[in-house]
Amino acid sequence: MIDSIDKLNQLAASLNGRSAADICVLVSMGTCGIAAGTTPVLDALKSEVAAKGLEKTFNIIETGCMGLCHSEPSIEVIETKTGKSMVYGNVKPEDAEHIVARKAAKPIAGVDTVEKTWYYPEDEAASDKIQARIVLKNSGRINPEKINEYIANSGYEALGKVLTGMSSQEVIDEIIASGLRGRGGGGFPTGRKWSFAAAQDSEEKYMICNADEGDPGAFMDRAVLEGDPHSVLEAMTIAGFAIGAKHGVIYIRAEYPLAIKRLQIAIEQAEELGLLGKNILGSGFDFKIELKYGAGAFVCGEETALIHSIEGMRGEPTFKPPFPAVSGLWKKPTIVNNVETYANIPAIIRNGADWFKKIGTENSPGTKVFALAGKVDKVGLVEVPMGTTLKDIIFGLGNGICDGKEFKAVQTGGPSGGCLKADKLETKIDYDSLIALGSMMGSGGMIVMDEDDCMVNIAKFFLEFTLDESCGKCTPCRIGNKRLHEMLTDICNGKADHVTLRKLKDLSHTIKDTALCGLGQTSPNPILSTMANFENEYLAHVEDKKCDAGVCTNLISYEINDKCVGCTICARNCPVDCISGERKEIHRIDQEKCIKCGICFHACKFHAIDRN
Amino acid sequence: MINLKINNTPVTVEDGSTILHAAATIDIKIPTLCHMALDCFNLEHRSGSCRICVVEVENRRNLAPACCTPAEEGMVVKTNTIRAINARRTMLDLLLSDHPKECLTCEKNGNCQLQDLASDLDLHHLLYTGEESKYEIDLANKAIVRDLNKCIMCRRCETACNEVQTVGVLSGVGRGFEAVVGPAAMKPLDETKCTFCGQCVVACPVGALTAQSYKYPVWLALNNPKKTVVVQTAPAVRVAIGEEFGMEPGSVATGKLVTALRMLGFDQVFDTDFAADLTIMEETTEFIDRVKKGENLPILTSCCPGWVKFFEHQFPELIYMPSTAKSPQQMFGAIAKSYYAEKINVKPEDLTVVSIMPCLAKKYEASREEFSNNGVPDVDIVISTRELADMLKEAGIKFTDLQESEYDSPLGESTGAGVIFGSSGGVLEAALRTAADWLTGEDLKDIDFTAVRGLEGIKEATVNVAGIEVKAAISSGLGNARKLLEKIQRGETEYHIIEIMACPGGCLNGGGQPYVRNDSSILEKRKQAIYAADADKPIRKSHQNPDIIKLYDEYLEKPGSHRAHELLHTSYTPRESN
Repeated sequence: MIDSIDKLNQLAASLNGRSAADICVLVSMGTCGIAAGTTPVLDALKSEVAAKGLEKTFNIIETGCMGLCHSEPSIEVIETKTGKSMVYGNVKPEDAEHIVARKAAKPIAGVDTVEKTWYYPEDEAASDKIQARIVLKNSGRINPEKINEYIANSGYEALGKVLTGMSSQEVIDEIIASGLRGRGGGGFPTGRKWSFAAAQDSEEKYMICNADEGDPGAFMDRAVLEGDPHSVLEAMTIAGFAIGAKHGVIYIRAEYPLAIKRLQIAIEQAEELGLLGKNILGSGFDFKIELKYGAGAFVCGEETALIHSIEGMRGEPTFKPPFPAVSGLWKKPTIVNNVETYANIPAIIRNGADWFKKIGTENSPGTKVFALAGKVDKVGLVEVPMGTTLKDIIFGLGNGICDGKEFKAVQTGGPSGGCLKADKLETKIDYDSLIALGSMMGSGGMIVMDEDDCMVNIAKFFLEFTLDESCGKCTPCRIGNKRLHEMLTDICNGKADHVTLRKLKDLSHTIKDTALCGLGQTSPNPILSTMANFENEYLAHVEDKKCDAGVCTNLISYEINDKCVGCTICARNCPVDCISGERKEIHRIDQEKCIKCGICFHACKFHAIDRN
Repeated sequence: MINLKINNTPVTVEDGSTILHAAATIDIKIPTLCHMALDCFNLEHRSGSCRICVVEVENRRNLAPACCTPAEEGMVVKTNTIRAINARRTMLDLLLSDHPKECLTCEKNGNCQLQDLASDLDLHHLLYTGEESKYEIDLANKAIVRDLNKCIMCRRCETACNEVQTVGVLSGVGRGFEAVVGPAAMKPLDETKCTFCGQCVVACPVGALTAQSYKYPVWLALNNPKKTVVVQTAPAVRVAIGEEFGMEPGSVATGKLVTALRMLGFDQVFDTDFAADLTIMEETTEFIDRVKKGENLPILTSCCPGWVKFFEHQFPELIYMPSTAKSPQQMFGAIAKSYYAEKINVKPEDLTVVSIMPCLAKKYEASREEFSNNGVPDVDIVISTRELADMLKEAGIKFTDLQESEYDSPLGESTGAGVIFGSSGGVLEAALRTAADWLTGEDLKDIDFTAVRGLEGIKEATVNVAGIEVKAAISSGLGNARKLLEKIQRGETEYHIIEIMACPGGCLNGGGQPYVRNDSSILEKRKQAIYAADADKPIRKSHQNPDIIKLYDEYLEKPGSHRAHELLHTSYTPRESN
């Protein structure tokens, strides 16, 4: 039981140094890593170490996600004495033998290494370093199931500082001074939000952590919860102290079983040590945290919908005011912050607001975690200072577009964000610059598109998502989005004209202007931004009935030209047998039967198939 | 107080007011659809879901829904900018794009707020068209029709069902375009704990929730020469039916009602008020018996079928508390098919009993198995006040011009005590009038128990009845009933008698009454009309009704007799709570 700050400091000091072993091997055991096959790698490493009797030389540590989606399963080897490290990617179980035999952070023949630009958190000096890790500081570095590893890395130091030396107001002032803005998407100043709830005179107040990450392709919050759950618990406790709440609720989607498990372990361990529960660190402050599981409704990321869901009601938003800070969970003052927002708090308290403000831009201090996905060469989880350019992220970290294709667009802000084209790549991204470009920060999804993507179809894809995830409460979102989707479908099917485009734009603006919650107010963004940035594609669909990217199947046809040598490869690959022709004679496609899958187009080695 | 400007006009309103309230004070009616307010019950439903009422507020990024945006100091509101007008029209356009265009044959034709809005906003063609929702119509129960194809997701029915009535059957189901209001798992209503109170029907601004119609069976019966067709009219019908024909709310139209029914072709026109007097005889006997024995108190009234089904589902452990007396409708049916049928020498199966009720649950009640004898129901057909008005219109009967006439005998004579059953508090007052006389053995003159009158949801009164301090409570609206019952369960009360009506305000606000929309002053006028009708009656105590006295003398012997129990009492069934 740690019932004083002194005892916490003593424990942290006693944990100094990771281990006596010469070599630490960090194995990325996030959900994604496990899915990519890390578990057999871990087993192979353990049995190899055991077989060679090297238990004292090697310390194998199961960590959360390192963010290296493009190289999973990934492991990091650290030489304890020199601090030198090397990250290996795409590791196979059979590599374990070589890694153990190497006993050093050095290249190994036949095993991929991961470039320095991507991931060397403690390599502060690296000049070409794009990432800066505050939120992901411990993710991929410590075992999230061991509280001592968190404590050894300054864990709970901020809580100790708050509970023994700061008033509630000082904590709020520090967060206000840091300029931290909500990382869930809206970008509302976190400290100011807290101050509203703190000003409420109420016996009961609640701190909620929004862990209902729902954007397609987004996994920032999951990585934090799986890799560093204590940072969120510590932050919620600090926030609870600041606003006068004794109860915390983490609303987490049930589809995150590993994150749930690690949170449960973390809560248990923190309670055992007295860092959560009654009389924390002997300060007299009580705070408990419970988990509530969401059923995977995107709209439950909206704070009023989330609160209703916790209350056992239908997860749908209600009009604000009253704001949750005044009347939230069980009608008590409630603060809802996102996982990533919380994960910033301990570092801000430890290092001070001034330190935090030096990172990022003036109006958006700090870093942002992005889930970089799509047609980019290296997909993964990155954390960069605000103000980093899209180009640095996509081409620096992501290594550009895969398969040598042309960059076409990047979508930020999830399904409610906007698509930006190549001329915006130099934009230094923060909350305000993205809004100015008609997109938004959102929670940190970043999807890269290439020349094979049809932007009308992309808009349709995102709208399909919001339409599906709309709660259906307000008219513009329920019916308006349906009509938008129908119009987009008509455009993709070549059944639309200029009037459709006009109606599409008008209705998009009206939905933004009238919808009840953030979901509806932003759902037309993908349409408006693609219409603004890729107008020619819309016109091509409407005027020429053409889809240059070859995605809208109703607008394309495949025909065989006279370069055909009669090799029959197209006919043999056609899934519907619609290609006929004798050997060494020009083949032909039965247009009636063709499903426009494009397999023949890609299979032909003689450029004998035209896509019109 | 808050000062703001609406359309350049300064407005001062009380704290907590919305833009909609503020605009109303300067006679600007911002169009609404999902908004519902019944001031006399302190009820305001503002889900902010339809977005019809959007207005422009200076320095606000998007448009504000007037119905739920609080008025703020210094706010500058413009209700008719082109941005607001276009948005409003687009919302209506969208709603209509997913709404059947069958207004001419819709049950709510002429009574539909969506229809009115389309007319007010002058919308002549739809810009946005596309797929329309397709749902099976729920016709399985006797009282309510749910046609979700017409649902506009205003959620008013949910507020009525969950917040006002605390029945908890209706809620949002599904997501996005498929979102709609219905019972959990979209079960049909008759498989739920729905009480059929019909307050959802009252709340529905469109034709998504309507009453089951039995007009045609009535026409058939009237045209069947083999049937003797008698009709009973519930107390609250006479003070509301005139509204359907343009009469002032609060008009007492008893005489015209009787004439109209005769003109429709009913063989005998009787009054449920007669049966209400009979109910008082049985219920008061039971009440006095329980008070004397000091057991099973409080006694709860049992006239209201919505309330009966409510406690069967939600408070099965209190099932011994309600009086075993049948409701007036069912007492009437039972007496008509025994005493009266014998009297006129007609077989019960050849006698058709039709009820005109302010209520939808009465349709369900008449179908309950215990209310039939050898397969012959005591009450054959139940139609609502609205349905009767429809029939009169179809028959071309000019209601307002009709001469007045009297009910037939012997089931038409009634007292003022029977009339007041139509208002919340009336049953209790009627019972107290009889109890006081019986206990004192006198004919008391001071019989206006005004403390129990009024539309408030819960009323409490201690009334001295023959030296006994009777602690009484009256609740209307099932949410209020729940509050009282929970108090009883916690042992916090010592009531002797409680009157409970499912609908807020009592039967005068029943699910089958002419629609009042958002004008709750109509309900107040109906209430006043009921008490005026009571005051007009020469006899105002049930036990002094000469035909009731005769009925006991000739047939039932005395209140609580064996035969009375057979014909006039019932039992209750605990039902599933979900």
